[in-house]
Amino acid sequence: MAVAQEDARPEGRSSSPFWTIARRDSLTGFLFIAPQLIGIVVFVLIPLGLVFWYSLHEWNVLANTFTYTGAQNYRMLMEDESLLEVLGATAIFSAGLVIFNLSLALLLAVLLNQKLAGIAIFRTLFFSPVVVSLVAWTIVWSFLLQKNGGINGMLLTFGIEGPNWLREETTAMISVIVVQVFKNVGLNMILFLAALQGVPKELYEAARIDGAPAFKQFRRITLPLISPTILLTSIITIVGSLQVFAQIAVLTQGGPGLSTTVLVYYLYQQAFQFHFFGYGSTLSILLFAIVAILTFAQWQMRKRIVFYES
Amino acid sequence: MPYQRTLKSTACALAILGSLALGGTAQAQDAVNLRMTIWSANEAHLKLFNEIAAGFKKDHPNVSVTYESLPFETYTTALTTQIAGGNAPDMAWIFETSAYDFVKSGALYPLTDTLKAAEGYNLEDVGTGATERWTEDGKLYAYPFSTSPFAVFVNNDLVKAAGAKTPAEMIAAGEWTWDNAIETAAAVAKSGKGGLVVRDFNYQAWQYLTSVWNGWGASPWSEDGKTCTMADKPMADALTFIHDAVFTKKAIPGPGETVDFFAGNAAMTITQISRASLLPKEKPFSWDLVPLPKGSAGEYALIGQAGIGVMQSGKNAETAAEFVAYMTNPENSAKLSQFFPSARKSLLNADILKKTNPLLSQEQIEKVVISGIATGKVMPGHTGFAQIQQMVRSNLDAVWRPEADVPATLQRICGQIGPLLKR
Repeated sequence: MAVAQEDARPEGRSSSPFWTIARRDSLTGFLFIAPQLIGIVVFVLIPLGLVFWYSLHEWNVLANTFTYTGAQNYRMLMEDESLLEVLGATAIFSAGLVIFNLSLALLLAVLLNQKLAGIAIFRTLFFSPVVVSLVAWTIVWSFLLQKNGGINGMLLTFGIEGPNWLREETTAMISVIVVQVFKNVGLNMILFLAALQGVPKELYEAARIDGAPAFKQFRRITLPLISPTILLTSIITIVGSLQVFAQIAVLTQGGPGLSTTVLVYYLYQQAFQFHFFGYGSTLSILLFAIVAILTFAQWQMRKRIVFYES
Repeated sequence: MPYQRTLKSTACALAILGSLALGGTAQAQDAVNLRMTIWSANEAHLKLFNEIAAGFKKDHPNVSVTYESLPFETYTTALTTQIAGGNAPDMAWIFETSAYDFVKSGALYPLTDTLKAAEGYNLEDVGTGATERWTEDGKLYAYPFSTSPFAVFVNNDLVKAAGAKTPAEMIAAGEWTWDNAIETAAAVAKSGKGGLVVRDFNYQAWQYLTSVWNGWGASPWSEDGKTCTMADKPMADALTFIHDAVFTKKAIPGPGETVDFFAGNAAMTITQISRASLLPKEKPFSWDLVPLPKGSAGEYALIGQAGIGVMQSGKNAETAAEFVAYMTNPENSAKLSQFFPSARKSLLNADILKKTNPLLSQEQIEKVVISGIATGKVMPGHTGFAQIQQMVRSNLDAVWRPEADVPATLQRICGQIGPLLKR
C-alpha cells in the first residue's frame, strides 16, 4: 500500500505532503476545541500568570506606580496577623457549608426519591432557589435576618425572642452558611436524586430477602453506589465555598469583627478597597493553592472511599 | 515598465490613503469626549449637570461631557477599579474621607492655574477652610463643589405625640443639649416609633458618628493625623454616651434595626441638609431643621464635603480642567448650590440660599446652613482611610453590644491603627 502511495506522487515531489490524514484530523480536532481553548487561555491561564506577576509587585493604582518587590508580599502574608483569623473563618464556613449542604441534599434526595403523587412539586420547590439571582436572594435574607426582621417576628409569635442574627459572631456565621446552603442545596439534591435512581433495584431486593434492615441497606448499598456523586458534589461544594463573596458583602461585610471575613472577601478588601493590588494578588495565589491542594487531596482519596461498580 | 507603473500607482494610492487617515486622525483629535464619574443618579441633579455641559459646548463645540453614575456605597472602589483597569474617567467626584489618598498620590491634575486663568472665576471667593483638604504644596487638586452641613431633621408630630418638648422649644429655652435631645428621642422610642437615627452610620460607617462626638471635642486622630486619639477621654465619654443612648435609653435604634426618618418612623435624624429632598410629599409630617445639639464641649458644626478632580492620566486633562472651571464658576456654582451648598463666600447669604433651597425657612438657612458652613469642621479623613476605617469598624463591633467595655475597646483600636496613622 505504502509503495502504491509512493508511486502515485506527482513528478518532481520527493517529500511526503504536509497535510497528512493524521495532521488534518488533529487540526480539525483543535479547531473544534479552539473556542473553549481560547477562552481558557484568555480568561484563566493569562490572568493566572498575571496575578502571579502582580503578586511580586507593589502596585499603587492612584499614584500609577508598579514596583518590583520580589517576595515582599509573600513575607507580608506570613506576618499578617489578621490572616489567621480570616483562614479560621474560611475553614469554619467551608466545613459548615459542606457538612450541612451535603447532608441536607442527601436527606432531601432520599425523601424525594419516592413514587408519590405531587412529588415533582416538592422537587421543583427545593430546586427553585438555584435559579434565583444570588444577590436578590441574599438581599431578601438580609431583611429577614434583621433584629426586627421576618424571622424574629415569626419567633416572637411563639414567644421566643430571637437573637440579633447578623450582629453576633456565632449567629452571623450560621446565618451566612444557612443562606448559602438553602440557595444551592437543590443542585446537589438533583445530582443525588439522579445517583439514587441509578442504583439497581435488584440489590435492594436481594438485601431484603437476606433480611437486611433499611438503614443497613442504605449504608451498605446506597452509600457505596452513590459515592462517586458524593465525591463530585463535595468537590464542587468545597471549591464553591471558598469562592463565596456576594453573601458576605451583602449580609455582614465580614463582621462582626472579622468573624465572617472569609479569604475571598479579605482579598477583595485588600485589593479593591485598600488599593493593595499586589498583596491582593498574593492572597489570590494563596486561595489558588488551597483550592488546588484540597481538590488534589479529594481526588486522591477517591481510591479509598469511592466505589466504582465497573 | 508595467512594474514601475504599478509601483507608482501604489505609492500614489498610499499617499492618498495616508493623507485621508491623517485628516481623520486630526478630526478625531478635535472631538473630545469627557467622562465624569459621580455618585448621584438623581434625575434633577443630572438634568442640571447636562445643562452645564451644554453651556460649555457653546464655547467648545468639539467637547462633549457625559456623566457616569456609580453606586454611592461602593463608589471609591468602583472608581479605583476603573483606574486600575486603565479606564480612568477624565473627571471624578471624590469623597472627603478619601481626599488625602487622591490628592497626595499624584493621581489628580493641579487645577489652580486653570481656575485662576478662567474669566470671572475669582478663586479667592472660595474659603481657605473649604479648600484645605484638597490642597497640596499650595496647589488645589480638586474643587470642593459641595460643602453641606450636618443638621437635625425633626418630626414634630411624633415628638408632640410623645408629650416631649420639641427641639425648637428647647432652642428657645437655651436647652438644646445632647442630654435633652436623647431624652426626647427616648420618649418617642417608648411610644413605639424610632428615636434618633444617625443616617448612613448603620453600625458600619462610624465616621458619621463625628456629628455626635464632635460635641465632646472628640476626634479619632490628632490634627496632623499622626497620633490616635480614640482612647482619649473625650472619645471615651462620647462613645459611652452613645452606647448608653442605644442600649440603656433605647433612644437610638440598635444594630440590625432599620428605621427610616423620612418615612415618618423616627423622631429625629442627623444628616446633611441636601437630604431635605427626601421629605415626603404625600402624607407629609410637620418637620423642622435645627443645628446639632450642644455637647459637653459646647456648640459645634460639621460639614461633609465632596470634590471634583481631574485625572492626571486622562488624555484631555487640560480640557477637563477647563470644564471644571466652567462648572464651578460663580454663575454655575449658584445653580449647583440648590443641591450642593457652595463654599463661595459670595453665595453664603440668606437671599441667594433661600432661592435655591425653597424647602428651608429663612431662620433654618441662617442658623443651620450659613453658620454651619462658616464654623463647621470637615468629616475626618486620612491617607489610607479605607484600611483604617475597616480596622476601626471591625473593632467597634465590640462596642455595639449591651455589655461592652468601651474604654478597653478604644485602647485596642489605637494599638491597631497607630502604625497605620504614622505611615
